Amino acid sequence: MTGASPEPTGTDLRATVLPAPAGLTDPTTASGGTPPMYTLTAVTKTYSQGKKTVTALDGIDLEIPAGQMVAIQGPTGGGKSTLLQVLGALDRPTSGTVRLGDSDLSAAGDRALAAVRARDVGFVFQGFNLIPTLTAAENVETAFADDSVPRPERRTRAKEALASVGLAERAGHLPGELSGGQQQRVAIARALVKEPTVLLADEPTGSLDEATRDEIMDLLEGVWRDRGLTLVIVTHDSAVARRAERRLRIAGGKVAELLPTS
Amino acid sequence: MFLTYLLRELSNRRKQTVVIAAGMALAIALVIVVSGVAAGVRNAQSSVLESVYGVGTDVTITQTAEPGADGGGPGQQFAFGSGDGTTTDDGSTEVAQSTLSAARGTATFASSALATVEGVDGVSAATATLSLENSSFSGTLPDFSQGAGGAGTDGTTGDGTGTDTDTDGTNDTDGTDGTDSGTQPAPPTGGADGAGGSAFDVDQFSVTGLDPSAAAVGPLTSASLVDGRTLAADDAGTDVVVLDQTWATSAELAVGDTLTIGGTDFTVVGIVASTSSDAATASDAYVPLDTAQALSGLTDQISDVYVTAASASGVDALKTDVQAALPDATVSTQSDLASSVSGSLTTASDLIGKLGTWLSVIVLAAAFLIAILFTVSGVGRRTREFGTLKAIGWSNARITRQVAGESLVQGLVGGVVGVAAGLVGLLVVNLVAPTLSAAATTTAAGPGGPGAAADAGGAAAAGGGGFGQQVAAATTDVVLHAPVTISVVLLAVGLAVVGGLLAGAVGGWRASRLRPAEALRSVA
Repeated sequence: MTGASPEPTGTDLRATVLPAPAGLTDPTTASGGTPPMYTLTAVTKTYSQGKKTVTALDGIDLEIPAGQMVAIQGPTGGGKSTLLQVLGALDRPTSGTVRLGDSDLSAAGDRALAAVRARDVGFVFQGFNLIPTLTAAENVETAFADDSVPRPERRTRAKEALASVGLAERAGHLPGELSGGQQQRVAIARALVKEPTVLLADEPTGSLDEATRDEIMDLLEGVWRDRGLTLVIVTHDSAVARRAERRLRIAGGKVAELLPTS
Repeated sequence: MFLTYLLRELSNRRKQTVVIAAGMALAIALVIVVSGVAAGVRNAQSSVLESVYGVGTDVTITQTAEPGADGGGPGQQFAFGSGDGTTTDDGSTEVAQSTLSAARGTATFASSALATVEGVDGVSAATATLSLENSSFSGTLPDFSQGAGGAGTDGTTGDGTGTDTDTDGTNDTDGTDGTDSGTQPAPPTGGADGAGGSAFDVDQFSVTGLDPSAAAVGPLTSASLVDGRTLAADDAGTDVVVLDQTWATSAELAVGDTLTIGGTDFTVVGIVASTSSDAATASDAYVPLDTAQALSGLTDQISDVYVTAASASGVDALKTDVQAALPDATVSTQSDLASSVSGSLTTASDLIGKLGTWLSVIVLAAAFLIAILFTVSGVGRRTREFGTLKAIGWSNARITRQVAGESLVQGLVGGVVGVAAGLVGLLVVNLVAPTLSAAATTTAAGPGGPGAAADAGGAAAAGGGGFGQQVAAATTDVVLHAPVTISVVLLAVGLAVVGGLLAGAVGGWRASRLRPAEALRSVA
């Protein structure tokens, strides 16, 4: 499922909002011939909010090639996080299909979705979401969702993951003893330690200052480049979005491509 | 990871852990104390029953006293002839009489019932006894011959018929009031006080006639030999007696002494005591059955049959069969007999059985509820945490296991503290050693008849009964000892485990129902 390492274009993206597409008529358009990691077809997600029904995703057709770095932007309540949750097997669409490689996530049961999350998907959250009572190394170890990996190996890999994000010396510290940037590094190490094929980041720099934001984005970009991950970042920050090779805008439950500026 | 995460969470949420553990500890301690005291009360009841009915007695057979039956009469009478008694030098007459009769309220029946019972299927052993009461009367009568007639003025022996001139106008026979101008009789002389008075002693004690060869069942099976020997098969027909230690002490009798029963001198051959530390045996004196029957005039009569069942599970069936074989008899099992124990022991039993048990159940339920509510509340506070863990691939089962593990440890901590507190509570109960009184009523009076009871202390108690009245026996003091058993400790730990698992199951169920997307969305 690992795709070829893509090269970031570094090209400025022109913030042109395309008319909300009925769908990508040609799924290979965005992938340029690379096998798709994600294929979404007519995906709709609705919620009940009191007596009202809210449509968070409205018939989305989308294809994300393996190894692509994609930024998703859009207004609050536009459906960014919902799309990320559908991509991350945290939620099933109300209708339509979501395929991750060969797996149909929209038809999978809870146990199968948990297995997909444990094996193929890494998450990075805006609020870091570390367990406050566990040390950095122990937080990273929680990513091993079952006991299939022996304990000594889990510990070794957790330390290596922390070293890869520059926190080898902080392995024994509790989250409360770390800065925001360091906590996000721990969260990234937790997402990477199980060697997923997809890394999903929900506002990964939303709680950080600019300098730390750039450090974290450098780290994520480096990981994406080195490991050939498919990286999907939801962000409000255009500076972050501009580092992606592909930018999508989602508003009113519909997704649109933001084309690079000439 | 499981243990590390668990311990970190518990230590991080000390307040919740302490509250849950304290609630559980209180409940467990209460369960241990109530269970221990209840066991102590049961043991006390058993010891009282054993002291009356002996060890190994599953069924007893008696017969309800009929009005006017033996022992149901108006009371013991002592009849003396004119020549009875011994006249002393001062003219006083010392009289003494000892009679042996069926204990009041005790109905006797033909001893052939024993053979009938022995023929019933399921009977392992049976023996018959005869409950008797020895009444003795002794005293000194004054010399009435001196007062047969007063010394009147006529110089002859007064007959008390002279003219009385006393002031109250009544016929005066004592010659001390007014002037007896007629033939006033002289006052009696001698007697107990040397001045014409009288004094009488009336004494009663219980006597049980039993088969000296029956060692397996009967009232003496719960007694231990203190001095001398117990009755043996070759004592049949002889005048030997074994005494209860408590009564022998009060009567100042020892082995080798002589005791008059029914006017016959018996040799004390042994002293026995109840195996229960604080209860006396069923009777004050034990004599061979045939001797008792002969002395009391109740030839071939018995009052009780003690039966041991072949199997404990067959007691109820045995009761039914015996009742069918002896339709007129009252057949009682141990559980029937337990209801005959009265006194503060029964009050304690009721208190423990009802209030104690319900209090335990309520506190236990409250502790479980507290544990469940705190666990569910904790799960609510950790929504982000569990949502994150689900997002990174933790299964519902693993999250449930984690929550249940935390609750289980909280319950176990409470259980350990509760067991310790409960043991301290039992220690306090045993140090205080409250004394409870108990009496085992063996006979209920029939309609309109008097009743009698043989008490656990062996002291004869008798009294007139009204319609259907049960007469309380003299009480026996039983010191309450609350035993600590491994089963109670295991029960307490088991309850703590159940409480922890219950709270963990509910909390885990709540956690497992969290949809990861909703969990993360709700805290975003």
